[in-house]
Amino acid sequence: MLQDILVTGLVNGGVYALLAVGFSLVFGVARIVNIAHTAFYMLAAYCFYALLTRLGLGFALAAPVSVVAVTLLALLCYRLVIEPVRSHEAAVLIATIALALVFQELMLLSFGGHYLGVPSTLEGGLRVLGVGIPYQRMLILAVAAATLAASWFLLYRTRLGLAIRATANDLEVANLMGMNVHRVAMATIAVSAALAAVAGVVVAPVFVVDPFMWLAPLVTMLAIVVLGGLGSLKGSVIGALVIGYVEAITVFALPAGAYLKGAVALAIMVAVLLARPEGLFGVAFEEER
Amino acid sequence: MTRLYLAAAAALGVTFGAQAQTIKIAILGPMAFVQGEHHWYGAEMARDEINKAGGIDVGGKRVRIELVRADTNEIQSVPDATNAVERVITRDKVDFLIGGFRSEAVLAMQEVAMDYKKIFLGVGAAHSKLGANVEQNYERYKYWFRVAPTKDVDLARTLFAVLGSIGQQIRADLKTDTPKVAILAEKAVWTEAIVAAAQKNLPGMKMEVVGTWQPSATATDVTAELSAIDRSGAQIVFTALSGPVGISVGRQMGERGMKAVAWGINVEGQKEEFWQAAAGKAQFVSTLDTYAEVEMTPKTVGFVRAYKERYKKPPTYTAATYDAIYLLKSAIEQQKTTSADKLVPALEKMEHVGSGAILTFDKRHDPVWGVGTTAGIAVQWQDGKKVPFWPPQVKGMQPFKMPAR
Repeated sequence: MLQDILVTGLVNGGVYALLAVGFSLVFGVARIVNIAHTAFYMLAAYCFYALLTRLGLGFALAAPVSVVAVTLLALLCYRLVIEPVRSHEAAVLIATIALALVFQELMLLSFGGHYLGVPSTLEGGLRVLGVGIPYQRMLILAVAAATLAASWFLLYRTRLGLAIRATANDLEVANLMGMNVHRVAMATIAVSAALAAVAGVVVAPVFVVDPFMWLAPLVTMLAIVVLGGLGSLKGSVIGALVIGYVEAITVFALPAGAYLKGAVALAIMVAVLLARPEGLFGVAFEEER
Repeated sequence: MTRLYLAAAAALGVTFGAQAQTIKIAILGPMAFVQGEHHWYGAEMARDEINKAGGIDVGGKRVRIELVRADTNEIQSVPDATNAVERVITRDKVDFLIGGFRSEAVLAMQEVAMDYKKIFLGVGAAHSKLGANVEQNYERYKYWFRVAPTKDVDLARTLFAVLGSIGQQIRADLKTDTPKVAILAEKAVWTEAIVAAAQKNLPGMKMEVVGTWQPSATATDVTAELSAIDRSGAQIVFTALSGPVGISVGRQMGERGMKAVAWGINVEGQKEEFWQAAAGKAQFVSTLDTYAEVEMTPKTVGFVRAYKERYKKPPTYTAATYDAIYLLKSAIEQQKTTSADKLVPALEKMEHVGSGAILTFDKRHDPVWGVGTTAGIAVQWQDGKKVPFWPPQVKGMQPFKMPAR
């Protein structure tokens, strides 16, 4: 049973990390709590499905086209919906919830409430520690690791990354130093949405594509970023693995309560908020001010 | 001015005249989803056939059927469902209600329908309480009748009957006396009775229950659950799933190469789109179902073929709105009225040969259960096709297959 928990938690944690890092990045830099983040993940999954099964594009073409299309859409949404209300946190929250619901209803209108399946990019599987893992899940793990490494490279080895980190550290000082903070925010939004889109594309062949698929990961993702610390990339990865393992343990230890795994993640979020509001690696709220 | 009054009076006369010429039936269902889609298709077929033949004979007067499509959105929201019922009764002035899918929503819709004393023929929800209400408070709930499926307890009886025959096959093939069964049921009100009955009855059927797993109905990932089930050594995964989790179970069992065979209720598995949604991985997943081209009743094969011809897909069990409309027609023609209070006793005594079942009602207004009448059929996905395999005595059944070991 231990090996099942180890492997299952790692694979699920990888998916969550892809989503949580993008969300955390945009919060850390732009201070935007983007509830529509997982809606971009859902849109990418639909886009990938449509390009692959309806237009007949291959995986190699459908995947990048989906990621680019969703990233551009996210930038458009930022300019039209988020930027005008950016200084009001509550308004941003409401605007992004509205955005997510609009996308949900649009998908419902376009594809109906049908549950759609995307063929696997890779067929077959292997056994690790006696636990069967399909290659598609291994691919998710590999993509998650590669994407997270690329994000780290971007943030710590490029000028754009330096600008992003500087803005994240102190938005006002970065602005006073002559940085175009709006452009940095745009770049961050693009990176964040691209991460969500990558998650949608690699996860679509494993899960079911439907208009409500953005809701469950949203809750889990919020729990992860609160646990890891809002704005901390390292915290998001560790938080994702912790939640992945907690969910696996819940299912194995409490089979009849498997439906509670989401609730357990939320309970952790509440507990962390009470005991350590800044999370494991986040910046204390007081310090930010 | 006089002309204006005359024109208005004439227009009103035309309106009332037109109203009298139709019987309005609301088809209630989640129309953006497959369940609602088939609610509507089944009803449309019945309406078109009946209207083409001249309509319903109400005491010598031919009256046409008019359907009102009511999207209940009940999968997402119970209040949306009750609002839809309220709207069709008060604004659209419908005479009868047919449909419903999700038990939690139908229980609430039933209350609204009973408030207005409207006959509500349920097609979709299985929870026992819907019928128990009739028994406990007949005067209020007598307008409710369940056409399909059978109530949850009876669904369980069918499931155990089929499980018994699958168990026999496993005993013979795997040379084991006590097949191991994992119960995998989504957490929902309709699965409660089935899970309780399975936990209680399976040991008596010489089967070992290795565990009960209850994921959320909307779960899209059940790898942890399946991993645990695989580890338990289960040979049968006994399912009670109505949501998208049914697709995840089918697909992920295939991806993991599990040797256990899935049997039970998997509503998504009843749909033609299931194989594609599960990316062709749901080999040998089996489920209780209602329709196939087998001679369940004298009308089944003809109905399924006509349905496929018209909609390019086979019906799911919510297409029993077709039977509900014909049932209503029989009752109205027998009683020569559309009065709900007069139709109730007629429906109670009726034996109706439908497209998917031969219906008679018990004192709870639930279908009387019987293999070959209302118990339905069992189907298994084999190489992309839904193959019927139970009850064996029905003409057209094929063998049940097991994964290679």
